[in-house]
Amino acid sequence: MSDYYNSHDEAPAGDAGRPDTEHGMTRRQLLRHAGWFGGAVVLTVASGEVISHIADSRGTNAGAAAAAAADIGALRFVQVSDSHIGFQGPANMDVAGSFTEAINQVNSLGFRPDFVMHSGDLTHLSTTGQFDQVRQMMTGMQTDRVFTVPGEHDSIGDAGRAYRRIFGMGTLGDGWYSFDTHGVHFIALVNTLSLEKLGHLGNDQIDFVRKDLAGLSSDTPIVVFSHIPLFAMYPQWGWSTDDALKVIALLRRFSSVTCLNGHVHQLFTKTDGNITFHSATTTAYPLPKPGRAPAPTPQVVPARQLKEALGIRSVGYRQGDRELAVKDQRLA
Amino acid sequence: MGPSRAGAPAAPVAGNAVAIKNFAFSPATLKVKVGTTVTWANQDTDAHTVTSAGSGGPLHSAALNTHATYSYTFTKPGTYAYLCTIHPFMTATVEVTP
Repeated sequence: MSDYYNSHDEAPAGDAGRPDTEHGMTRRQLLRHAGWFGGAVVLTVASGEVISHIADSRGTNAGAAAAAAADIGALRFVQVSDSHIGFQGPANMDVAGSFTEAINQVNSLGFRPDFVMHSGDLTHLSTTGQFDQVRQMMTGMQTDRVFTVPGEHDSIGDAGRAYRRIFGMGTLGDGWYSFDTHGVHFIALVNTLSLEKLGHLGNDQIDFVRKDLAGLSSDTPIVVFSHIPLFAMYPQWGWSTDDALKVIALLRRFSSVTCLNGHVHQLFTKTDGNITFHSATTTAYPLPKPGRAPAPTPQVVPARQLKEALGIRSVGYRQGDRELAVKDQRLA
Repeated sequence: MGPSRAGAPAAPVAGNAVAIKNFAFSPATLKVKVGTTVTWANQDTDAHTVTSAGSGGPLHSAALNTHATYSYTFTKPGTYAYLCTIHPFMTATVEVTP
């Protein structure tokens, strides 16, 4: 079953969207497009060390990232997160509308992403209707393939069974999987089941990661997706994964590891040796910064401020360069 | 029914209602007699659950949206620990006496 995801050096087989015949964009167009992005976090991997810094659109690093993205054969993918379809409250009276805007933004990036990853909390209450709605909405994304990992809001009361009925095809265990494309190895983890205070992976999944990484050369760039952060962002609010260190230990030998998560509804970046963690923002509603409120309660902000808190993320990677460019973009 | 503060051990409070407010169960420790029906009411804008900790416990609410309630009648004495599975840092206890 995992073969579906493990085809080496080619884009994952698409069952959503049209086939990607060409990248359809000149370098100049792409460079101009790159100017639309605001601040970009550029990761440069050299001599086994990850250097992460903010670059503005005129900076050479953003230019390099744009050049990478413009290269034929470069990898470009998008991360969206925490759409919470079904949420109703003053923090966002129209989460479906916001998610539609996010999808439109993905479709007007100026390039067709190789894939889109939704990093969890697709729904608010795990109902069949909400899963159907978000699945249907995501078919409107112009990409070759849509991937997902579940959030705790997608696994309420049934340990993720309803989620897996719709999104679990071809996955292993409780919904985890891996795949390769453009020389990068991707792992999608499930850490929202069997929760006791924090996110949890479990030994079966850790064994999967061990076997999955075993055959890979240490210079293979690794990207790990999970809903809840794999680092201790704020354990008091559950923003951590209790057994993540076992996976982190398996990732230490690789020269470049990028962990992309959702859950916290805000941007946050942390580098720890060879591993860089990027928390993504949401398309639904903001949450307070760690410890800045009594609880992680949905934040009610003025409409304009709400849009500024929501967004999408695009990631570019050029094979051989060992450089990943992570760009976060507000909802337009 | 004052809000419980994290870190402070909560004194048991008698009654038959638990408020879910500001990501906490209040009271954090409820004391009832066997046969009491306890009702939980979600006053938050986010959803919560009332779910027995570990496996085999009797509390299994659906996801409770704002203003939704869940009730359970305790028929056996004991200490019942529970949490919100969506926000598992939210934990509380019901003590049921004969």
